Amino acid sequence: MTTLGIRTSSLGACVAETSTVDPMIQVEHLTKQYGPKTAIADVSFSVEKGEVLAFLGPNGAGKTTTMRILTGSLPATSGRARVSGFDCFDQPMDVKRSLGYLPETPPLYSEMTVTEYLIFVGRIKGLGPSHLPRALDQVIERVSLGPVRGRLIAHLSHGFRQRVGLAQALLHDPPVLILDEPTSGLDPRQIIEIRELIKGLAGSHTIVLSTHILPEATAVAQRVVIIHEGRIVAEDTQDQLSARLRRSEKVSLTLKQPPLDARERFLTLPGVLSVHQEDGATFLIETELGRDLRDDLARFAVNHNWGLLELKLVTMSLEDVFLRLTQQEEGVVEGAEIPGGEDRP
Amino acid sequence: MSPVGAIARKEIRSYFVSPIAYVIASVFLLIMGGFTYLFILTTSNRSLQMLRVQGNLPDLNINELVFRSMFHDMAVVMLLVVPILTMRLFAEEQKLKTMELLLTSPLTVTDIVLGKFIGVLTVFAGMLGLSAVAPLALAPFAEFRWAPIFTGYLGALLLGGLFLSAGLLASGLTENQIIAVILSFGALLLFWILGWAGQLLSESVLGKILFYLSPIDHFENLVKGLVETKDLVYFGAGIAFTLFLTHRVIDSRRWR
Repeated sequence: MTTLGIRTSSLGACVAETSTVDPMIQVEHLTKQYGPKTAIADVSFSVEKGEVLAFLGPNGAGKTTTMRILTGSLPATSGRARVSGFDCFDQPMDVKRSLGYLPETPPLYSEMTVTEYLIFVGRIKGLGPSHLPRALDQVIERVSLGPVRGRLIAHLSHGFRQRVGLAQALLHDPPVLILDEPTSGLDPRQIIEIRELIKGLAGSHTIVLSTHILPEATAVAQRVVIIHEGRIVAEDTQDQLSARLRRSEKVSLTLKQPPLDARERFLTLPGVLSVHQEDGATFLIETELGRDLRDDLARFAVNHNWGLLELKLVTMSLEDVFLRLTQQEEGVVEGAEIPGGEDRP
Repeated sequence: MSPVGAIARKEIRSYFVSPIAYVIASVFLLIMGGFTYLFILTTSNRSLQMLRVQGNLPDLNINELVFRSMFHDMAVVMLLVVPILTMRLFAEEQKLKTMELLLTSPLTVTDIVLGKFIGVLTVFAGMLGLSAVAPLALAPFAEFRWAPIFTGYLGALLLGGLFLSAGLLASGLTENQIIAVILSFGALLLFWILGWAGQLLSESVLGKILFYLSPIDHFENLVKGLVETKDLVYFGAGIAFTLFLTHRVIDSRRWR
């Protein structure tokens, strides 16, 4: 068993490491196989204290598997994961005490009221009777569950259920939060509320959240890890990711009276690489990297009396980065829904 | 509160907020009451007949005629009722994904298994206790010994505990409650039949082993009023072993 070899050899290393300032979450060469199927392969990343990291990937990319390993409930095939200095495999109890986890389906007992449920959670998280009432009031305040605290969970709306799930993860005030798709299935207003809540927790908590919705990562996280088919394909801040992948500048231009051959005439301008007619009067013009042609394009349109209505530089969104990264591997993004459609804030 | 206590309390509570506990207890008590009534009626008819023939009131053994039969029927009814009581214990948590909450909380698998077992055993013991109205109601009108009734109830509790642990194991194997019921009912019936097979083959070593493995004889001793270490060990070891298997099943599900 090679797994065993790796674990025992890494034990010696971890003693030495604890003396330096460790990141709150450290994942090294994590691999998980379900029978012959590899869920994640050689995943490594780390999260500093107080940071929010978004785990981005299409459905089935291995996000949930990675998170479950971090919670100490799923053993990895090989590699190592540490949460607040505890090994997820060797010290699962310490790991579980120091993190709050919101699974994709919030684990709720629908026959309990919100308060009864949170009291039960508090007991199994090891909160004593002296701490529990205060922790309960704090968490209910924090996620605004006050109006429904006496209601049966079965009768709650989806948004409130998600909040109860979040309250469950926050109840024992853990330093690390792991949130699996915290906004899935919510309406836009609820999504914004949950995001605000997460942003409010950043700084005091170290947060890892997963999502397949791109604007979500942009909205709440400082750093993004893009995972595709069990492998990390990129890890960086959002700005740097898009900068690194940008190969050209794009300008969007809208005309009042475009001539029929506008596309061809734009292509005659020096520096223009391609022109794409989006709809009747809007053109997406790709130009060489590092050359801002906005001035030239504006003059060109005005001189020809085409009626310039709008001209703007298009920056590469995370969505473009994501698609480019995942397409480079495969040619086609398998199983990825066109992300973000329903969820632009 | 200890984690085991927290889980046990949650289980007890969830039986009483749904109709399950009430329906099961009502059916159990109704059947038990019906049977006991019939046994008492038969016994009193017999005593009247004997009074007519012999001319004096016969000295009938109520323990033998009423309560032994009552405990025998109780075992059969338990065979039917226990799988329904245990089916939801793990299957429901797995189906509703609440198992993830338990597995990501600072609880050991032992805490979870023990908590659930203690919870369901408490509910079962309460149900069993309610059936004690029969001897209590009969006490002012008939003479009988209490000791075999106490040991009978101890036997019923131990037998029930064994059945409940088997049901818990079956529930851990699946997330479908119907499958859990069928599995545990099948397993219990099979063990019951083992005893009959053992009685048929009582000459051979195999027969003796089968007979020992089946709970029939061990329960019978307690109903008779015999408290023997070997029977208590049988039930204790049986429950512990089945709970250990449940622990292995739940722990191994984590890996998948």
